[in-house]
Amino acid sequence: MTRGQRASPAAGQGWPFLLPLLLILLCVIGYPLIRTLYLSFTDASLNALGIRPAWLGWDNYVYALTSPDFLSSLWHSTYFTVVSVALEVVIGVLVALLLNQKFRGQAFARALLILPWAIPTIVNATMWRWIYNPEYGALNALLTQTGLMGDYRSWLGSPSSAMNMVILADVWKNYSLVALIALAALQSVPDEIYEAAALDGVPIWTRFWRLTLPFILGPLSVAVVLRTIEAFKVFDIIYVMTRGGPADATKTASFSVYQEAFTYLQAGSGAAYANVMVLISALLIAGYLLLMKRQRAA
Amino acid sequence: MKRTPLQSGLLYLGVFVFAASVLLPVAWMLISSVMPASELTVKPLRWWPQHADWSRYRLLLTLGENTPGQTFLYALRNSAAVAMTTTLLALLVGIPAAYALSRFPRGKDWILSSVVATYMLPPVALLLPLYQMLARLGLLNTVWGLILVYCCIIMPFATWLLKSNFDTVPPEIEESGLVDGLSRFGVMTRITVPLALPGVVTTAIFAILLAWDEFFFALLFTNGLAAKTLPVAISDFTAGRATDYGLIMTAGVLAALPPVLIAVALQRGLLAGLTSGGVKG
Amino acid sequence: MKRMILGLSLLLSSASTVYAAPVTLHALFMKQAAYSEANIKDMTKAFEAKNPGVKINLEFVPYEGLHDKIVSSASAGSNGYDVVLFDVIWPTEFAKNGFLTDVTSRIPAADNSRVFSGAWTTVTADSKRYGMPWILDTKYLFYNKDMLKKAGIAAPPKTWEELQKQAAIIKAKKLVEYPIVWSWSQAEALICDYTTLLSAYGGQFYTGGKPAFNTGGGLKALQYMTGSLKSGLSNPNSTEYLEEDVRKVFSDGKAAFALNWTYMYAMANDPKQSKVAGNVGIVPAPGVAGVSQASAMNGSMGLGIPTGSPHKDEAWKFIQYLTSAPAQEQFATLSLPIWKASYSKPAVVKGQADLVKAANTSLNLMFPRPTIAQYPQLSTLLQTSLQKALLGSQTPAQALDSAAKAASRFR
Repeated sequence: MTRGQRASPAAGQGWPFLLPLLLILLCVIGYPLIRTLYLSFTDASLNALGIRPAWLGWDNYVYALTSPDFLSSLWHSTYFTVVSVALEVVIGVLVALLLNQKFRGQAFARALLILPWAIPTIVNATMWRWIYNPEYGALNALLTQTGLMGDYRSWLGSPSSAMNMVILADVWKNYSLVALIALAALQSVPDEIYEAAALDGVPIWTRFWRLTLPFILGPLSVAVVLRTIEAFKVFDIIYVMTRGGPADATKTASFSVYQEAFTYLQAGSGAAYANVMVLISALLIAGYLLLMKRQRAA
Repeated sequence: MKRTPLQSGLLYLGVFVFAASVLLPVAWMLISSVMPASELTVKPLRWWPQHADWSRYRLLLTLGENTPGQTFLYALRNSAAVAMTTTLLALLVGIPAAYALSRFPRGKDWILSSVVATYMLPPVALLLPLYQMLARLGLLNTVWGLILVYCCIIMPFATWLLKSNFDTVPPEIEESGLVDGLSRFGVMTRITVPLALPGVVTTAIFAILLAWDEFFFALLFTNGLAAKTLPVAISDFTAGRATDYGLIMTAGVLAALPPVLIAVALQRGLLAGLTSGGVKG
Repeated sequence: MKRMILGLSLLLSSASTVYAAPVTLHALFMKQAAYSEANIKDMTKAFEAKNPGVKINLEFVPYEGLHDKIVSSASAGSNGYDVVLFDVIWPTEFAKNGFLTDVTSRIPAADNSRVFSGAWTTVTADSKRYGMPWILDTKYLFYNKDMLKKAGIAAPPKTWEELQKQAAIIKAKKLVEYPIVWSWSQAEALICDYTTLLSAYGGQFYTGGKPAFNTGGGLKALQYMTGSLKSGLSNPNSTEYLEEDVRKVFSDGKAAFALNWTYMYAMANDPKQSKVAGNVGIVPAPGVAGVSQASAMNGSMGLGIPTGSPHKDEAWKFIQYLTSAPAQEQFATLSLPIWKASYSKPAVVKGQADLVKAANTSLNLMFPRPTIAQYPQLSTLLQTSLQKALLGSQTPAQALDSAAKAASRFR
């Protein structure tokens, strides 16, 4: 906060700089958001009849929170989010620690880290779908040819494995962002303290916990919350890999909203579904902003 | 620090496992793209083509009416146009906004919060009203419609990322500029932005990648050659009649190439921009 | 002088609207099954040549996206489509929500008897017509002639029971690992296969307005499906396959039997994309002893005009051209015509006598999927329940009972 005082701004300074951004956000986000809010309290359906939707009050929200279909899709989103983010953080930090060492080929290895992150989600999804293909897929071939598995399996065709296989594909791409952010943070860890601790015989685990983690915790929490919120709204990788199947095992909340509004034409309850998602995201966002504040204070 | 042979061994083993996990799936995508169709569907699977078949690359990169090449090349053009324009606009609007938020934060806390919150909204919440809005403006199935929508996703993110980078430029450096009679705008463009350049580059990479990657809005707001982007074209390839997996993989390789090249080429800037306090010259 | 120029320019501008003003129609089609993109583009070119005032802008989306595209474009008003391809299961829903134009009065009365009645149901809701049928399609049983011969089987199966027996022989002789392949992914394709079996077993989706698929033929159909997976006669990957995967597996010689649409006949016989070309047999889907001779479901599609279209007359002209007998007869390999008379024309029969013979039986048996406005909900519900049974997490009776219960609660 000292910086703000030093700049000692005259009242209203800086607003012209912000005007374009605020205008665009107001039109392209503010208006649709308010409209979605309105729709969620009505019986609006997608039709071309020009009927004015009738006011329903909280009906749609009651409907949403008692729909087993929607609740199970919320659960799938939560499972997807928790498992994939946890894996991404663990793998991301491990890889960052690894690539922070000095070794031959380090520059090349760091370039490799960028590769999964830069591959478009849809390409990633089609690539893994091909690898998981039950008939000609590389995964089945690899596991049977090396003798690890007796028979070919239908990875995306069985409810017990489909979600985990989709998560695997997602983690492969997205842990790299966590690793990149962690790696950037690690570069600000002064080597001297670390070497001194190593000389004093402090065990590696304690060194990580006491010396390294505090340095990367701030940026890491940003990465975690970013990934959490993105994972919670997951749609594209599901759309390409499983379309919610088999037996709804991979149907996520975003998919459910999409289906309610565009397949069932129920714009009102679809909007309510969406707003329940917004609410959950808002809680996550609030948690995140709190974290940021604390970090700033520290 | 000296390592014991065991430690070195473990280190290189770790690096090997990491490299293999990244490279193998991508390598399989590349191999599949040049494997003749007849060899792709044999059991047991063959891991290396007897001879490389580049015809799919030729097919996708040759413009002819009603060919997969036409679909692909138009989508490539649309993706490039959308990503470039969106990034440019995001920087044009985001830089001043981030600058104002960084230098005059008083009374603007709520803006930063709402800017961050916007980025985190699930896109489905905006879908229907946006559809109607674009339809009324006649912007459905146009590149400009997509750009407008992407701006609203990417600008908040860009502003946020830029703001934390501008925060690391000490205001003292700017004061000399102000004394020399530069306007605030001049200070921003001549002093702050050059000093925070790695941050700007990082932001640009993020913006390009986000725009290149977006699927949900593109799926619903575009149909024809005029505006369909690569992610939509590729998902069409997989759902349509092209069960030639080699062709789908070829499209994947070609679609991944531009963002991968950009990101790898600007890698140094990326790491520096992500490092807080990364302004060293 | 000024006034004269003004008058002149007014005259010119009004004259130009009278003469030229080429109309551009936006038309929406799908990417897979039935007519290929190339077929449709050729038909369109021929139409444009005959109607210089009309330009057609074609768009192709995957079937899985077709419904949602039509629906979302409705909110675009006159910026939406002028011609759309729609599935037999949507007219009731579309009519109720005002998406499609009522074209009953545009269809000449003489056409009524010249087109298959199953085709007419494709475009009808509440006894009004919302378009012209175009793709007349049902699921046929395809078989690999060579494999049947090697197994010593003289004729393809006439009943579903017999199909299992033949498949068991083929599996025992190790001619192929999994003799039957289906499209049982969580999608409409699964409902199509289920409907075929349901009709063979004499089942009903609804009786007296209440769900009835959980009893009688509906239940037996699902039991047959789960049984064929358990016995290893059906390819276990079927639960993640769509029609194109089925075609691929069958064309690679990795199945003896497959259930699929008309289009597979020509494509599986094309040596460029099939290893079994020349060995492809086609018959109507089997029946059940004592219940039915053969089975078929209505998988037809029609062409309609969205209500927002500002060019309805031109759109109708285009639809009339595409659905006309000459145009359909010229492209009769991937999809068969809607006109009864076409089936005796040499241009249609030539090179595909077996297909036409099977069609003559099947097209008269086409069993409809339910025509309710909430069909999309029902379909999603059934897809999930059927998959639960197929994947073994519920018994067929449990799965269908819970689906029936949920279906009675639609709002």
